[in-house]
Amino acid sequence: MADTALFDYACRLGDDSLILGQRLSEWCGHAPMLEVDLSLANVGLDLIGQATHFLKLAGEAEGKGRDEDKLAFHRDVLDFKNCLLAEQPNGDFAQTIARQFLFSNWQELLFRELCKSSNATIAAIAAKAAKEVIYHSRLANEWMVRLGDGTAESHGRMVEGLDWMWRFSDELFEVDAALEPLIASGVACDVRKLRPEWDARIGRVLKEATLELPQARRATVGGRVGHHSEHLGHLLSEMQFLQRAYPDSRW
Amino acid sequence: MYTTELKDKNQKPQVAAVVEDPERLAAFEARVAADDFIEPKDWMPEAYRKTLVRQISQHAHSEIVGMLPEGNWITRAPSLRRKAVLLAKVQDEGGHGLYLYAAAETLGTSREEMIEALHSGRAKYSTIFNYPTLTWADIGAIGWLVDGAAIMNQVPLQRTSYGPYARAMVRVCKEESFHQRQGYEIMMALAGGTDAQKRMAQDALNRWWWPSIMMFGPPDENSPNTAQSIRWRIKRETNDELRQKFIDVTVPQAEAIGLTIPDADLKWNDARGSYDYGAIDWEEFYAVVRGEGPVAKERMQARVKAWEDGAWVRDAATAHAAKHEAREAAE
Amino acid sequence: MSKNWPLWEVFIRAKNGLSHRHAGSVHAADAKMALEAARDTYTRRMEGVSLWVVPSAAIIASDPGDAAELFEPAADKVYRHPTFYSIPENIKNI
Repeated sequence: MADTALFDYACRLGDDSLILGQRLSEWCGHAPMLEVDLSLANVGLDLIGQATHFLKLAGEAEGKGRDEDKLAFHRDVLDFKNCLLAEQPNGDFAQTIARQFLFSNWQELLFRELCKSSNATIAAIAAKAAKEVIYHSRLANEWMVRLGDGTAESHGRMVEGLDWMWRFSDELFEVDAALEPLIASGVACDVRKLRPEWDARIGRVLKEATLELPQARRATVGGRVGHHSEHLGHLLSEMQFLQRAYPDSRW
Repeated sequence: MYTTELKDKNQKPQVAAVVEDPERLAAFEARVAADDFIEPKDWMPEAYRKTLVRQISQHAHSEIVGMLPEGNWITRAPSLRRKAVLLAKVQDEGGHGLYLYAAAETLGTSREEMIEALHSGRAKYSTIFNYPTLTWADIGAIGWLVDGAAIMNQVPLQRTSYGPYARAMVRVCKEESFHQRQGYEIMMALAGGTDAQKRMAQDALNRWWWPSIMMFGPPDENSPNTAQSIRWRIKRETNDELRQKFIDVTVPQAEAIGLTIPDADLKWNDARGSYDYGAIDWEEFYAVVRGEGPVAKERMQARVKAWEDGAWVRDAATAHAAKHEAREAAE
Repeated sequence: MSKNWPLWEVFIRAKNGLSHRHAGSVHAADAKMALEAARDTYTRRMEGVSLWVVPSAAIIASDPGDAAELFEPAADKVYRHPTFYSIPENIKNI
């Protein structure tokens, strides 16, 4: 029997990882230093792995025979449920780090909670991914500090990068009607409850990085219902090109 | 190959400027002849050091520039599995570049100096990466042919006379083992797929075959330093020996999936127990060595851009480390 | 500023019970980065359970020129090895 609520939730989780993994893979071969190139690729690989598991679960929940590839390569913008933060362009290295910093610290808390999900598959995926993500936030936090408290130029770029990403952070803690029943049944995590700890972590790292918390402003939201930024369409048209151009092929 | 003589054929061979102490030289030659390893702090002739720095850095540059043609398809890989595999593979190439730069650094040349030589055009890298990746099949062809050729060359280098280089190659070979297989798997899927996919696969083989067999470098009679490199165990088999070996194992692999090697003169020679093959267009090879490969400019532009765009990041990390150290010292 | 990131030597313990073994080198601006670069470069295939990174500049190496006086004198100290001593077959547990 189709479980549309679970389908939607698994898509949200999987799409976050998929879209950010896709973004990180754009860095491959172009990072500031070889060692950094390898680190970014490792984070990207972890995310693509998570996406594969979550989207497989989504396909099973939906029960229409769509597998993880069908979901990744044959949905359009309106059906992607990732947060807007994940799809933001890489920009310079500071912007990439700002995105990773906000996202991984959130995802770390999220997966820590999802290890206790009443859905056994989600709990198993989260248990594996939680370890990966602890490392991602550690990397991102350290780079925030190096760049924030590095040179005048890096500090300036970090302020810009953070400023670009900050408006998308509220969306991470948003709970809509679709999520409520899943929270009630213990499948989904009530992300609202993660906010205080996330705020404390972000504040601690920013302080060490000699960076100010960006000004509060109206949140930009919509990703969870398929209303994205302009960037996602371009990302998808690149990512999905082969599957779309040769729809009946196996690769 | 990644490491063959990549000099313009009109370039004069370098004249050894240093006159070595004959006794030390003889002792060195004897050690190498006995298959002993030379380690970083050991005495070595200047020409050996120079040849090694050139060869290892060329090899490292090839790995790094080699990330670009395949990197071109990571964001467009046709399935999640293919995407993860390709990202992991291109990342491996980066790792190999890293090991090799580190091996060359033990000879007293910094990574930055080597990168500078690459960006200024003084250092060469494998000609193969100056060809474009037009379709997804090119990713299959590179894994199958280019990595296949690389493995041919790298396996014997695990016993090369310079310790750090040999150890780097051991690690590289261990990691490379999946690269060629994943490439062949892609080709298999395409060759057994739709007409459009078959066309893609055959076209990729047509474009990559000749550049791949050129990777082994000029024929032995035009490879003046081969004898010395073999004596020094920097090279363990000649260009032509390796090329023949590669062709002999690759032809049946193409046949098995119904692809045709684009060489009308290719024929099994029973007497030799090997394939005879057609004439290689060496003018094409030397043109690419000179920097006239179809996407040579794009490749260098991408490398230089990544390095220059990253300068502020490297500087910031250095500045932060200095501040951090100063603060700790003050406490 | 154009100071390059220093070089670090990486040592990996493959599994508990074994000693750390030299794996290779990385460039990193600081110790934390060196550890992470070592992790991301040298343990992608489950090569280890523990890492050491040491600034390459901190390693003091013996001079190969001294190898004769350092290591060759050990060659004739055969009495340090158990096979130097002959004990009759019928004596057990020794």
